[in-house]
Amino acid sequence: MKYKTKEKLLSLSILSPSIIAVAIFVYGFIFKTLQISFIDWNSFSKLLAGKMDFVGLKNYINLFHDPRFQTDLWNTLYFTLLFILGSLLIGIFLSLILNEKPKGGIIFQNIYLFPMAISFVVTGTVWRWIFSPGTLPNNPYGINLLFQKFGLDIFQWRWFTNTTSILYFNIALIPVIIAAIWQFSGYTMAMWLAGLRGIPEQIIEAAKIDGASKWQIFSKILFPMQIPITLSAVIILAHVSLKAFALIYNMTGSGPNNVTDIPAIYMFEATFRSNLYSTGSSIAIVLLIMVGLLIIPYLINNLKRRDD
Amino acid sequence: MKTKNENKHKNYLILVIMALFFLLPMYVLLSTSFKSFDNVSITNMWNLPQELSIGGFIKAFKKLSPNLLNSLYLVIPATLISGILGSLNGYILSKWKFKSSELIFGLILFGMFIPYQSILLPLVNFLQTIGLYGSISGLILVHVVYGIPITTLIFRNYYTEIPTALIEAAKVDGANIFGIYRHIFLPISIPAFVVVIIWQFTNIWNEFLFAVTVTSRPSQQPITVALTNLAGSQVTEWNVQMSGAIITALPTLLVYIIFGRYFIKGLLAGSVKG
Repeated sequence: MKYKTKEKLLSLSILSPSIIAVAIFVYGFIFKTLQISFIDWNSFSKLLAGKMDFVGLKNYINLFHDPRFQTDLWNTLYFTLLFILGSLLIGIFLSLILNEKPKGGIIFQNIYLFPMAISFVVTGTVWRWIFSPGTLPNNPYGINLLFQKFGLDIFQWRWFTNTTSILYFNIALIPVIIAAIWQFSGYTMAMWLAGLRGIPEQIIEAAKIDGASKWQIFSKILFPMQIPITLSAVIILAHVSLKAFALIYNMTGSGPNNVTDIPAIYMFEATFRSNLYSTGSSIAIVLLIMVGLLIIPYLINNLKRRDD
Repeated sequence: MKTKNENKHKNYLILVIMALFFLLPMYVLLSTSFKSFDNVSITNMWNLPQELSIGGFIKAFKKLSPNLLNSLYLVIPATLISGILGSLNGYILSKWKFKSSELIFGLILFGMFIPYQSILLPLVNFLQTIGLYGSISGLILVHVVYGIPITTLIFRNYYTEIPTALIEAAKVDGANIFGIYRHIFLPISIPAFVVVIIWQFTNIWNEFLFAVTVTSRPSQQPITVALTNLAGSQVTEWNVQMSGAIITALPTLLVYIIFGRYFIKGLLAGSVKG
């Protein structure tokens, strides 16, 4: 018994630097942010004075009445949905083709996955240039110029500078979504491929002998078996999209009328460009709650399943 | 037989078209970066350079080389320290479980998913208080701490596969917790270290949010922030801009090309657990 206690103490002491660091840097700082979101620190002088006058939910109420933040929430919703949908469709499709082990498949796989290794700062910079609309119709830039060269002028439009919205969907998000899908569909592909490799070939062969079509094999066998992996991918992608700060910040910024703004950018600008510390903190907490709702059930479920 | 062949051709056609989509930004990057400044107008952005010029690269390298070094000074220690911590944590959390160790693991793991906006302002205040704000050392600290969850996860998953009987036998021989780590676990950890090092190297090199908030002076900024500032300066010299983007992307791209297999392992470790 004594030996056990000593072991536990040793274990804890090895873990302690990390436990202390995470306790301060994650939980302590989150608590501090929460605190700032409930007081009025919306100027530099108030931050310096350090007065902790509790204002209740005022910052949050202001936030949800703020047109910019409302736009941000709609943008997040549409960005997340379309980004996940696109990454899943392309990723799954590519994994199915690559799973048939075509010659040179590994080269294609590497091509589809390499964007994951590059910084959002780099890809944001390049995609910004590609989708810069120029002045239409006479002086098109980027992809619009390419359309002109192929006589496809009808496809020219103002991309991320367009301020049209349909059912609260700012169509200026489309180029940003394309860039995000470009960067992350390889991820879905890799996850699906890893899963597909674990499915015994006999199952597929047996289905083929029974005359099942490709679509039937996919929809009746592969997809149901891959649901856990697909769910994991959806959660990771959703969490990426809530955090997609670097890509959007470097590609378009918040855009005209905030058409490509997201909470992560608003938080950064409020806190570090406008000294609206409490507004920034309340945005951060809303973001945290959104991520938490997504991730906590996922983590609990994952840790539980491991114990079984 | 014929339909099978047709299918094959169709598949290749799809693979090639998708590859073109994935390589399109690379084409723009490469063809623009090798153009001379006179040749780099918007109207010929899709053309190949008329002659290869490395002027853009020279100019970009001159501007970015101090930041390239900053990124190295940042990435190497941050990667190694977070790797060592992760290895120790993973060892304890997989092989020396105690009553609340699963809870501790879960609480550490959550740190990898939080939006970093939710800790950013207190973090900056904290770094100012301890005098590390604006420095590479401050940024190293930040990346070590927020790297702990993923490195712990990867090592924990790796060590879980190692039979516990090994530990029991060593215990009988009188080895203690440290001895078992040093003599049994550390020597077989190389594959996990490779995955962790590649993952952390890539992520820290590419990171932007911490870099832009924690470092304020250009002389202390990592290369990702310097690249953004390159874009902001007066008339955009697109050839310099794109050369800078290539210089920024090259180290992680090389790591990906050489160690792709391990990179994918790290990628999957962040999601498929157990």
